[in-house]
Amino acid sequence: MTRARWLVPALYIVFLMLPIYWLLAMSFKTTNEILGGFTLWPQRFTLENYRKIFTDPTWYLGYVNSLSYVVINTLLSVAVALPAAYAFSRYRFLGDKHLFFWLLSNRMAPPAVFALPFFQLYSAIGLFDTPIAVALAHCLFNVPLAVWILEGFMSAVPRELDEMAYVDGYPFWRFFLRIFVPAIAAGIGVAAFFCFMFSWVELLLAKTLTSVDAKPIAATMTRTASTSGYELGLLAAAGSLTIVPGAFVIYFVRNYIAKGFSLGRV
Amino acid sequence: MSAKPVNQRAWWLVLPVLLLVAFNAVIPLMTVVNYSVQETFGDNQFFFEGVKWYDEVVNSGRFRDALKRQLLFTGIILAIEVPLGVAIALAMPRRGAWASVCLVLMSMPLLIPWNVVGAMWNILALPDIGLLGWTLNKVGFDYNYTRQPLAAWLTLIAMDVWHWTSLVALLAYAGLSAIPDAYYQAAKIDGASPWAVLRHVQLPKMKHVLTIAVLLRFMDSFMIYTEPVVLTGGGPGNATTLLSIDLVKIALGQFDLGPAAAMSLIYFLIILLLSWVFYQVMTRGEEQT
Repeated sequence: MTRARWLVPALYIVFLMLPIYWLLAMSFKTTNEILGGFTLWPQRFTLENYRKIFTDPTWYLGYVNSLSYVVINTLLSVAVALPAAYAFSRYRFLGDKHLFFWLLSNRMAPPAVFALPFFQLYSAIGLFDTPIAVALAHCLFNVPLAVWILEGFMSAVPRELDEMAYVDGYPFWRFFLRIFVPAIAAGIGVAAFFCFMFSWVELLLAKTLTSVDAKPIAATMTRTASTSGYELGLLAAAGSLTIVPGAFVIYFVRNYIAKGFSLGRV
Repeated sequence: MSAKPVNQRAWWLVLPVLLLVAFNAVIPLMTVVNYSVQETFGDNQFFFEGVKWYDEVVNSGRFRDALKRQLLFTGIILAIEVPLGVAIALAMPRRGAWASVCLVLMSMPLLIPWNVVGAMWNILALPDIGLLGWTLNKVGFDYNYTRQPLAAWLTLIAMDVWHWTSLVALLAYAGLSAIPDAYYQAAKIDGASPWAVLRHVQLPKMKHVLTIAVLLRFMDSFMIYTEPVVLTGGGPGNATTLLSIDLVKIALGQFDLGPAAAMSLIYFLIILLLSWVFYQVMTRGEEQT
């Protein structure tokens, strides 16, 4: 029983890798081979699908658009969440608990509910079809999440640190930026990771708030799938490329993931 | 631990978050409330209708069917993913290089855009040229998820298990890592069986993270939209039309603002209510133990 224990995670990981393998295998096949019948691996290995994505602006600009709103959203969410999380972790103030739960309740709002009003709101203020609109809209669920995670990390820092700095005559912002922020660097990394993740994977709002100029890669994919019929190889190549930023980010935070989940109470 | 000092100036620190979230949450929510009590015939003319749309939504067979499908889906998801996630976390290596490898590989599905997850499973399950669909048909099952409601459901559930079990496993793993070795040594001296260790040491210590896992999986599976839309498009027929899919069809497809808005609010309230119930049930034991 104990000897065979490694089998459980091993089998699970095999199960996880199968669809990813299949996506990769498809992306290296020619359209003829895909439609010709079942083949376990590419018989005629081709990079044509990837070449098309990297040379066609409608494709590669999709990645640029997606990454730009994800980065704006991550920076914005963490920047506004930092002082708020500090307030929640260090002070009591009128309505603090209500405010905290109201913030969290926004995490429970289905994006489908907000799709139409967001479309109208961002059209009205002239931000429709810009990365900023999507970045702001994603703040709806990422800011509460960032506050929640950072508050957890900040509460683990002893309050004596603050008190000593004030005794030494540090003004608040100087203390906050020079001493406190470096002390919770790991927490900021974890919060940024989750903001990046949820903004990168969300599609419904991103698609609703953009049409041409700021179209995210995910929307390019769904529109291609419906208009040009059966270009599975191209679709698979585009899909495979969307895994890259995530894998890259995971690699950097690999040692913090488990800690972030528990401490950050995501 | 001393109590936190009262400081009303802390509001200034919260202000940016408050403004940003209020802008994103309050204005759209008020828009929805506004539409939900009015009727329009175009030309931006609106007439007050009271609770007419709520009445219509609550009594419509379409909404009830979508809600039933949604509850069934979420129930199945929780029943599979939570025990499976815990089992995987228990069997994972605690430290060393293999632990890191497991963590990184298991996080992969969480970082793939949701429509790509749908597309990936779509390609995997194609009956004639997909790895899964082809294999199932080769070994004798008649499998075609675009035509059989049962096959569509099974594919959808397999996809969600693939996508989200890692989240439960990572949370449970984080909870397990926080248990000091001394607990295990004490259990060993007492001659406790692995089952007793699980029942009396590991599960109670994981309670906090498991509450979060159940709540997150509940909320997110209740709001699921992109993956089933890409995989099945809500079909065959309406077999996999869950609440969000139905809502988007009404709101953005048909532009029936009133019913869509009323449905939105009912939908949101159901999630809030059920989340609260889950939270109460799962944390009630804490004062007793």
